[in-house]
Amino acid sequence: MRNASFDAMAMSDVPVNLSRRRFMLSSAGIAAGAFVLGLGVPQRSARAEATKLRGTKVPAFLEIRPDSMVRLQSPFVEGGQGTFTAMAQIVGEELDADPATFVVENAPPGDAYVVMDNGMRITGGSMSIRNGYSAMRRLGALAREMLLQAAARQFNVPVEELTTQPGRVVHAASGRSVAYGDLAHEAMSLPVPNPANVKLKEPEEFRWIGAPVPRVDVHDKSTGKVVYTVDVSVEGMLHAAVQHAPRLGMTIQGVRNEDQVRAMKGVHSTHRLPGAFAVVAERWWDAKRAAEAALIDWQEPGPDTTMRVMPADFSTEAFRKELADAHGPGEDAETRGDVVRGLKNAHTVVEATYASQYVNHAQLEPPSALARFNPDGALEVWVPNQAPDMFRADIAKRTGLPVEKIIIHSQMLGGFFGRHFLYETASPYPQAITLAKETGRPVKLIWSREEEFLRDTLRPMAAVRFRGGLDRNGIPVALEAVSATEGPTEGLNNKRGDRLDDSALEGLTGKSYDIPDRRIAQHFVKSPVMLGYWRSVGNSMNDFLYETFLDELADKGHQDPYELRLHLLRDNRRLTTLLKSVADLSGGWKRGPFTAADGSRRARGIGMASPFGSEAAAIAEVSLENGRVRVHEVWEAIDPGKVVNPAIVEAQVNGAIALGLSQVLLEETVYENGMPRARNYDGYPILALNQMPRVHVKIIESGEKMGGVGEPPLPAIPPAVVNAVSTLTGRRIRSMPLSRHDFAS
Amino acid sequence: MELTINGVQHHIDVEPDTPLLWVLRDDLKMTGTKYGCGLAQCGACTVLINGNAARSCVTPVGELGSAAITTIEAIEQDEIGQRVVAAWIRHQVPQCGYCQSGQVMAATSLLKQTPHPTDDDIRAVMVNLCRCGTYNAISAAIHDLAGDVGQEGAKK
Repeated sequence: MRNASFDAMAMSDVPVNLSRRRFMLSSAGIAAGAFVLGLGVPQRSARAEATKLRGTKVPAFLEIRPDSMVRLQSPFVEGGQGTFTAMAQIVGEELDADPATFVVENAPPGDAYVVMDNGMRITGGSMSIRNGYSAMRRLGALAREMLLQAAARQFNVPVEELTTQPGRVVHAASGRSVAYGDLAHEAMSLPVPNPANVKLKEPEEFRWIGAPVPRVDVHDKSTGKVVYTVDVSVEGMLHAAVQHAPRLGMTIQGVRNEDQVRAMKGVHSTHRLPGAFAVVAERWWDAKRAAEAALIDWQEPGPDTTMRVMPADFSTEAFRKELADAHGPGEDAETRGDVVRGLKNAHTVVEATYASQYVNHAQLEPPSALARFNPDGALEVWVPNQAPDMFRADIAKRTGLPVEKIIIHSQMLGGFFGRHFLYETASPYPQAITLAKETGRPVKLIWSREEEFLRDTLRPMAAVRFRGGLDRNGIPVALEAVSATEGPTEGLNNKRGDRLDDSALEGLTGKSYDIPDRRIAQHFVKSPVMLGYWRSVGNSMNDFLYETFLDELADKGHQDPYELRLHLLRDNRRLTTLLKSVADLSGGWKRGPFTAADGSRRARGIGMASPFGSEAAAIAEVSLENGRVRVHEVWEAIDPGKVVNPAIVEAQVNGAIALGLSQVLLEETVYENGMPRARNYDGYPILALNQMPRVHVKIIESGEKMGGVGEPPLPAIPPAVVNAVSTLTGRRIRSMPLSRHDFAS
Repeated sequence: MELTINGVQHHIDVEPDTPLLWVLRDDLKMTGTKYGCGLAQCGACTVLINGNAARSCVTPVGELGSAAITTIEAIEQDEIGQRVVAAWIRHQVPQCGYCQSGQVMAATSLLKQTPHPTDDDIRAVMVNLCRCGTYNAISAAIHDLAGDVGQEGAKK
């Protein structure tokens, strides 16, 4: 209750003098709470206010140092997507401080840092900028106002006579100015002004928002100075490695050579954990070698286990067939018109089953966690994460410690891609905490690459039964898609929810083509593998499935795939502009096959997607080399409404194209006998530099509601490539990756 | 055992088959060199040994003798390395950054060997993996340096 009132006082429109007293007293701790309670702020309005204006506790976010450097606690975790730089731009714009003067860090857990309009704190779903934009602008404006107030006192002039230049408050009338760094101490102890009265800049006044501002972290990242979780060390720390059970759900029955393992060089101790055997040593290399040397008898889980168990006979190949053969009406996710009537009245009906594959995250930084119990009873955990509050809550539940006693350190992430969500069986921190407790020392646990491939969560696999109806002119008038799959959220919960899992079907749903009768449905099939979110989630596969079937319909109806899309989008100005833009970017739509200047036969394909609030369209140009697909060029147009940093958007498009290509050309997680076949990159190849095509990016700022950027450029890529390959080879390709298909003949 | 790293002699007490990577990271606390795969697959652990790129995760320290080892920590003290870092900043190469220590070391090695690399040279030599997909920025930065170092230029 005290906290709720406390928040309300900071945010509501109480008289300034009261607010100021509140703030000054807040440093007195409990007294402040007592004081606030004494005011009798009504609880209900306090709650209402607290949810209305987020991210207004300026001193929690900002520290302006004597040299005017700005230290910003980012509510969003940086993992390559550029959010730290965008935060510096957005806050700096309203604060009037050059983003180059910012030092940005991951903020700790806590209500103060919940800034998203939806009341969550999670870095994911390409939500950070579009959901944090308003709050972070307001934060910068509030801080600027506090600096102005402090300068007004120092100069003894009315605040109205003051203005700012980057990093300075200026009193033009007297020619005086003062650096933010010289005002910060006083400014930050002033009351936070009423957010409702703070004026934000007009977009035409923007200096940094919308500009290709250099990233704040590039020098450190180019010189090895960034400290990822895997790099952290603390005094007295031991290193740990584990050997996991070959299949999830199994436990240790016995360790045949535990005494020998314990006697190996550098070994401190051995530990039996749920589903894993751990070795703690002075060096990680020693721990790893010892953990791998352990000869363990694993036992199957009992019938009463609540875990998601991996059966000994599970194979992805068999499961793929099971999904393809799974017949059922499915549950409606999205309907329009009457698909039964539409198909019945169609001139031609086309039926086909398309399939996706499991894929790994394969981020370059292997999972790790460092845990330390402090003498005061606090537990410190360094853990890669996308949602510090969720991790803290989970650790509290596991350890029985109150959240106040748990300190979470969120380092830079060595790759994002959805790997750092709270995946219980795919995260080393529970093990690290146990080991720290059992050894009485700080322990850093790193999973070897092999252990990571064994326990990583996978992007779901799906088989989609499509039925499409064409009219007598060959135009699609009805479309039904029933996806046999389990969504990642269903997988994480290990059960079906009350409603369908949007993340299973997005990309089949949400398409804008004007097909009057349609139905998208899910036929739920539970899978034994642990599922997770993978960059662009459901869209990463569903736009492939849909857009390649759309090309199949176009072929059956003797339509050009580009002209057909334009026709189906004829009443949608935004997507018509987008599609024409990508065609223009490629020098005009040219499907092929054609002979390129180097003599190779080539073709081009199109894909479109509407993921995470943005719109994307891509064209890919391919040829065949020794029976393998080579992608030469990719053109992509993206419309996220408006952008904060076009250079970072372009970098994200490049990155998403690389991951989309990697998926469609190469990637597939194969399980045999309940085990993943690949345990390292040698068995799970990912895109390399010599497979990267030239990339051409067009950013369209339509002015529509701001959408995401990190994920949206990916889903259009696989269908663009496969549609090009189908054109080139004259063969309809209905599954990924292309390395499964033999094009030599 | 004595190792010469970034021009400094270090005495270390480890088994000779311990990979250089773990001596750097755990004994010497030089964590700029990264662990990615342990199998010489990804290149995140790339260092220079006598000026040549090497995968430290599969390089036993016992085989190093008096070789001069350069790690990312000293890259800006190397004339070519400094230019590579400057180009990396100019082209805003890194995203998550985890592989970039290795990429910078590999590019430095390439330019030491081949001051004016062609596109084919770059494709043949720059084999380190990057999951963020910074490949085109890497190529552009190296092409930029190829033109920077000599007159011919290697741009397509």
